[in-house]
Amino acid sequence: MTAWTALLARELRLALRHPADSLAAVMFFVLVAALFPFGVGPEPQALARLAPGALLAAALLAALLPLDRLFGADAEDGTLDQLLLSGLGPSAVAAAKALAHWLTTGLPLMLATPIACAMLNLPTEAWGVAVLVLGLAAGFLSLLGTAGAALTLGARRGGVLLPLLVLPLAIPAVIFGAAGIEAAAAGLAARPYVLLLAALLAAALPLAPLAAGAALRGE
Amino acid sequence: MSNTPPLAARPAASLHRFANPGRFLRLSGRVLPWLSLGAVLVLGVGLPWALWFSPPDWQQGETVRILYIHVPMAWLAMGGYAGLAVASAMALVWRHPLADLAARELSPVGAAVTALCLATGSLWGKPMWGTWWVWDARLTSVLVLFFLWLGHAALVRAFDDPERGARMGAILALVGALNLPVVKFSVDWWNTLHQPASLTRVNAPALHVDILYPLLTCAVGFTLAFAALVLFRVRAAVMERRIRTLQMAAARRAETVAG
Repeated sequence: MTAWTALLARELRLALRHPADSLAAVMFFVLVAALFPFGVGPEPQALARLAPGALLAAALLAALLPLDRLFGADAEDGTLDQLLLSGLGPSAVAAAKALAHWLTTGLPLMLATPIACAMLNLPTEAWGVAVLVLGLAAGFLSLLGTAGAALTLGARRGGVLLPLLVLPLAIPAVIFGAAGIEAAAAGLAARPYVLLLAALLAAALPLAPLAAGAALRGE
Repeated sequence: MSNTPPLAARPAASLHRFANPGRFLRLSGRVLPWLSLGAVLVLGVGLPWALWFSPPDWQQGETVRILYIHVPMAWLAMGGYAGLAVASAMALVWRHPLADLAARELSPVGAAVTALCLATGSLWGKPMWGTWWVWDARLTSVLVLFFLWLGHAALVRAFDDPERGARMGAILALVGALNLPVVKFSVDWWNTLHQPASLTRVNAPALHVDILYPLLTCAVGFTLAFAALVLFRVRAAVMERRIRTLQMAAARRAETVAG
């Protein structure tokens, strides 16, 4: 467990030394959210109608950005081999990577969500649910993405392949997440959708590190 | 528990009799003509029966004929993916070399079949539902299945080391298998546009025999054709691998002679 926390601390330290990576993801998220008003026109009603889906799509795309370097940098300089020899199981390494990805991408995205909500004219009472939903959806994507990054490690055009593998599997998170925000914006109960999203996350929590670990072992 | 290893090893041992590429080529060479002939004969009967001689549906009219293609393609898309998952599990657990090849050669055919299922469904949906596409649960989950087939086909071929590609593809296939129950039960879980299964109601099938029999004939014919196509591809892959080995050996010989 101490080796695992040390690995997590290392990932976070690296992210802190290069804050540009996390900032780039957040900037990307805000910029994509800002593109929608130009595409749909600035009418508040149309924007509010579009906001739930736009928020989720923008957040998932932004969370994908740092994924292709998740294992890539460590594989290039040999750190990954050291990690796999460290006595931690490959699945534990993958789980630490996934949590670090969420802490350095998902969490900043949650913090930036209110800005995007304001730009998309989402009713204020849905902002809390939007922050929660984006955090959960980003967690689901961190787990899926870790598995995808481990699978495409060393592949030709791996950076292109990764979103192609991960995004179709992330569709359920978009469906339940957007439905939750929409319900909150309409003044209905968002709880069932948030719970379904949390259930997705709970199912991916053991499965994705398992798949990622199996892929890393083949390294 | 001292006697478990031989017991556990037995199925693997019997499977590995077919891991010998030479034996596979001989066996599949004997099976393939019959499989192809069967596919041609059954489809030769089934397709004209379904497309011309069966009666039009009382509600759907002539458009029901699209379903004689659509339904077998849908079954093959799902059954084929189940086969991919089984082959991937065999490849991961027993390192069965032919299972790797079968998985690799299965995915383009599976993607084609799923694309046909989506295309025919879309053609049928326009006159019947009034739209080419709806974001109904069944349609969405089949679209995800299509992306999974394509993703598998791309991932397996994306590595310089074919063994690594096969292993990554196998893991992806097993992860994607989680989508299969969603496809199957989507029509029961979410009450949307796509109709629920008509055939598997045991006591009262919802189809009249005039439609049921040509449909089943087409399904058998397409399944035989699918199996024959995949077998052709696996044989071609084994031979391709052999030719490469021979060429490498020849190149090495030429090098030693020259040197």
